Amino acid sequence: MADGITVTKLNAWFGPSHVLHDIDLAVAPRAVTAIIGPSGCGKSTFIRCLNRMHEVVPGARVVGTVLQEGQDIYSPGVDPVEVRRRIGMVFQKPNPFPTMTVFDNVAAGLRLGGVRDRGVLNERVERALHAAALWEEVKDRLGKPGAGLSGGQQQRLCIARALAVEPEVLLMDEPCSALDPIATARIEELILELKRDLTIVIVTHNMQQAARVADATGFFLLGELVEFGPTSQLFTKPVDKRTEDYITGRFG
Amino acid sequence: MTTTRWRQRVSSLMAILTAAAAGSVILPLVLIFGFLLWQGAAAINVDFFTHLPKPVGEVGGGMANAIIGTLILLGLASLLGLPIGILGGVYLAESRDRRLPWIVRFLADVLNGVPSIVIGIFAYTLVVLPMRRFSAVAGGVALAVIMLPIVVRTTEEMVRLVPASLREAGLALGVPEWKVVLRVVLPTARAGIVTGAMVAVARVAGETAPLLFTAFGNRFWHQGLDQPIAALPLQIFAYAIAPYDDWHRQAWAGALVLIVLVLAVSLMARLVTRGRVGAVR
Ligand SMILES: Nc1ncnc2c1ncn2[C@@H]1O[C@H](COP(=O)(O)OP(=O)(O)OP(=O)(O)O)[C@@H](O)[C@H]1O
Ligand SMILES: [Mg+2]
Repeated sequence: MADGITVTKLNAWFGPSHVLHDIDLAVAPRAVTAIIGPSGCGKSTFIRCLNRMHEVVPGARVVGTVLQEGQDIYSPGVDPVEVRRRIGMVFQKPNPFPTMTVFDNVAAGLRLGGVRDRGVLNERVERALHAAALWEEVKDRLGKPGAGLSGGQQQRLCIARALAVEPEVLLMDEPCSALDPIATARIEELILELKRDLTIVIVTHNMQQAARVADATGFFLLGELVEFGPTSQLFTKPVDKRTEDYITGRFG
Repeated sequence: MTTTRWRQRVSSLMAILTAAAAGSVILPLVLIFGFLLWQGAAAINVDFFTHLPKPVGEVGGGMANAIIGTLILLGLASLLGLPIGILGGVYLAESRDRRLPWIVRFLADVLNGVPSIVIGIFAYTLVVLPMRRFSAVAGGVALAVIMLPIVVRTTEEMVRLVPASLREAGLALGVPEWKVVLRVVLPTARAGIVTGAMVAVARVAGETAPLLFTAFGNRFWHQGLDQPIAALPLQIFAYAIAPYDDWHRQAWAGALVLIVLVLAVSLMARLVTRGRVGAVR
C-alpha cells in the first residue's frame, strides 16, 4: 500500500536557471506534509516535480530521484501519464473545465481515461463530490456549468475532479489562496478527512494553515530545503536560524 | 465645481464622438444593403430562385444554378480548407518546435496578402491544366487556398487563448497530451474556431476573380464536380457588364442574395457560438 514518497537529490531548472538544489525529503504516507517558504523559493516547482508536471513547461528539466511505491518516477521506462494518474494535483487557482458541467468536470479524468459505463461514472462522481464536501451544494445542479460555481465551490470541484480518478497522492499548490476564511476552513477540514486514505502534500503561504493541517512541514528558501520535520517541532523549536526568522516573521 | 462640469462636458463629447465612429462603421453596410434592396428587390421573385437564366435577349429566368453553384463551391472549399486550416492552427499553437511554426506562420500571413486572382492562377495551373477543363473542384481549391490562412491563424489564436491552467488540469489528471488537446483545449476554443471558420466562408463567398478561370461559370444546372459550375459572383459580373436592363436588375438581385447569404453565415456563426457552456469567457 501507500508508502509515501522519498525524494533524493532533486534538482530542477527552468532553462538555464537552477531553481531547486539537492532536495532530500521523505513524505510520510497517509499524512499531510506542508511546504512553506517565501515567494519564489521553489515550492510550486518542487511539488510539480513530484508528479512530473514540471517538465510540461518548455525548457524545464529535472534531475534526481523521486521514489513512489518503490519506483523512481523519473526512471527511463516510466510513463509520466501513468505517474500523474496516481499522483493527482490541485492548483492555486481553481481551474474547472469551462466547457463542462459540474458532473462532466468530475467525470473528466475517468472519461478521458476510458471509463464509459454510466453506472460506474455516476457512482464515482458522487463519491468524489462527497469526499470533496461538495455533494450537498451541487447535487441539484450537476448539469450546470462547473464555471458557474463560487470560487470556493470551484476549488472543491477541482479537488473532486482530482479525487475521482482515485489517486494515491494528492498534491495541493496553495489551494486556499483564492478563498475566504470560511471556504478555507472547509478545505482544511477536508484535507484532514482525506488524509485517512491519501498522502497529501500541500504548499501554503499561510503558516497557521500549515500548523493546523500538517503532520510534517518543510521550509524552503532560495531553492533549498532549509529544514524539515514534524510540524510542531518546526514551529516551536526550529533548528535553523533562517527557519526561526521566517516563522517569526523577521523576513519574508 | 468647474472642473467637474468641464469633465462632464468632455465626457459627453467623447461619448458622442465614439458613438459617431461606431455608427460610421456600420454605415457603409447599411447603405449597401439599402441600395441593393432598392435596386434588386424588384427582380427577386420565385423564378429567380428556381429557374435557369434565359437565353440572351429573353426576359425573365433566374439564377438558381448560380445560387446552388455558390453553395457547392463553398461546401467544397470548406471541406478542403477547414480541416487543413484547423489542424494547421492547432499545430502552430501546440508545437514546441520554434522554427517550422515560425515559417508556417509567416507564410500564412504572406498567403493572406496574395491577391485572390493570383490564387486563381495557382488553382488554374494546379487543377485546371492537368484536368484539361474548368471545374467546380478547381474553384473549390482556389477558394480553399484563400480560406486557409484565415482559418489557420484564427484557430491558432483561439487555441493559444485557452489558459495553460486548463491544459495542466487535464495533464495532471493523467490524461495523455493529445487527448487533452482534443477533449479539453479544442472544445474550449471551439466558439472562436467556429467563428473563424465562418468568417473565412463569408470572406470567400463573394470572391469573383479566383473563380474566373477555375469554376468558370455555367448557364446550366450543376453537371458534376469535374465540370464548370455557375457561381453568384460570376453571374453578377457577367450580367452587370451585359447591355440588357433585365440582366442589370438580375445582377442587383444576385448581389442582394449574395449579401444575404454572407449575413446568414455570419449570423450562424453568432448563433452556434452563443449560449454554450463557457462559449464566451
Ligand atoms: N515558467 C517559468 N520559467 C522560468 N522561471 C520560472 C518559471 N516558473 C517559476 N520560475 C522561477 O522559479 C523559481 C521558483 O518558482 P516557484 O513558482 O516554484 O516559486 P514558489 O515558491 O511557488 O513561489 P510562490 O509562493 O510565489 O508561488 C522562481 O525564481 C521563479 O521566478
Ligand atoms: Mg507557487
